[in-house]
Amino acid sequence: MSKPHENEHNPHGPTARKEMSRRQFLSYTLGGASAFMIGGAALPMVRFAVDPLLQKKTDSDYVKVVEVSKLTAEPQEFNFEVLQVDGWYESKPTMTAWICKDEKGILALSPTCKHLGCTVSWNNNEKFKDQYFCPCHGAHYTKEGKQLAVARAPLDEYKVKVSEDGFVYLGSKQSNTRVQ
Amino acid sequence: MFKTVYNWIDERLDITPMWRDVADHEVPEHVNPAHHFSAFVYCFGGLTFFITVIQILSGMFLTMYYVPDIINAYYSVEYLQTKVAFGQIVRGMHHWGASLVIVMMFLHTLRVFFTGSYKAPREMNWVVGMLIFFIMLGLGFTGYLLPWDNKAYFATKVGMEIADTVPYIGPYVKELLQGGEIVGAQTLTRFFAIHVFFLPAALLAMLGAHFIMIRRQGISGPL
Repeated sequence: MSKPHENEHNPHGPTARKEMSRRQFLSYTLGGASAFMIGGAALPMVRFAVDPLLQKKTDSDYVKVVEVSKLTAEPQEFNFEVLQVDGWYESKPTMTAWICKDEKGILALSPTCKHLGCTVSWNNNEKFKDQYFCPCHGAHYTKEGKQLAVARAPLDEYKVKVSEDGFVYLGSKQSNTRVQ
Repeated sequence: MFKTVYNWIDERLDITPMWRDVADHEVPEHVNPAHHFSAFVYCFGGLTFFITVIQILSGMFLTMYYVPDIINAYYSVEYLQTKVAFGQIVRGMHHWGASLVIVMMFLHTLRVFFTGSYKAPREMNWVVGMLIFFIMLGLGFTGYLLPWDNKAYFATKVGMEIADTVPYIGPYVKELLQGGEIVGAQTLTRFFAIHVFFLPAALLAMLGAHFIMIRRQGISGPL
């Protein structure tokens, strides 16, 4: 390190560069080394903890549910099993769809209420005839899933595929395509 | 920004003396490797503590995925090790740290022994140190079962047979540790509870006592 008075002989004029003090150098070195060590230990753990957020989401496979010929204009309840992989645990939970057929095609609605996730049913409340009704907080929806009260979004629908031999296959859920 | 927040708190709670007490604590010349290189032997206690901190942190993160159940334990460990990002690293830190903490603790004990630092007035700190040593062995023993693989199972089985050989009380100790008549579901939950709650709590209390005593009594003098 040069001493302060050496600047007086500097041919490039009085642009006296401020020397780093011993204390500053030590704090930078110690601080940098500590940051490196703490970071080296902490970063893998943080990445490990947030991994579920960054895992790839996959669409579920289409599952055979019912013959097209059994569908009516009135929504009917159908159950089907899907393969669910939850970390190290694989299971086949039963899913429910309310399916109806009209001039626009086949509509398979998910019964999960868009208010706070309880389960709705078709025509289960006298006050709301021919509607989906949620017993938790009184949300109700039209036949196409349009929200009429409490909920702020229409019921989700399952992706629908019809096979050549006349079966309805249901895939993953998506937001309602008919109403908003 | 940081300085303003710090000053605001400091004006109200006077926190500066708390960390000043640690930061300005003088290290005697005979334990400073800058003066005598051989003084590096005085680092092993601090290294043991450093690794202990890493063990606690990595262990906390591992419990985000691990489940202490005989059906799922192995699969949850397999999942966190092979499917979760940095799972191998975090579990590796806990696995290798477990061995390293014993090594560092042993070297620290040797240093204390050969510098005679256990002598009066520091006998109590030696005793607390020995308690920490046994707590660490307990943590190693209980943690070894948790992956619930063949090595874990048979190592614990051997440990149980050793406990069984204690005169008179052996069979009772064995059954208490196992939580039943076999090494099984109840042993796993029991070991998990001991490994993550009981022993760490005891360890932190003992470490606190260890550090308070060394600050009270100071480091022992040069040879």
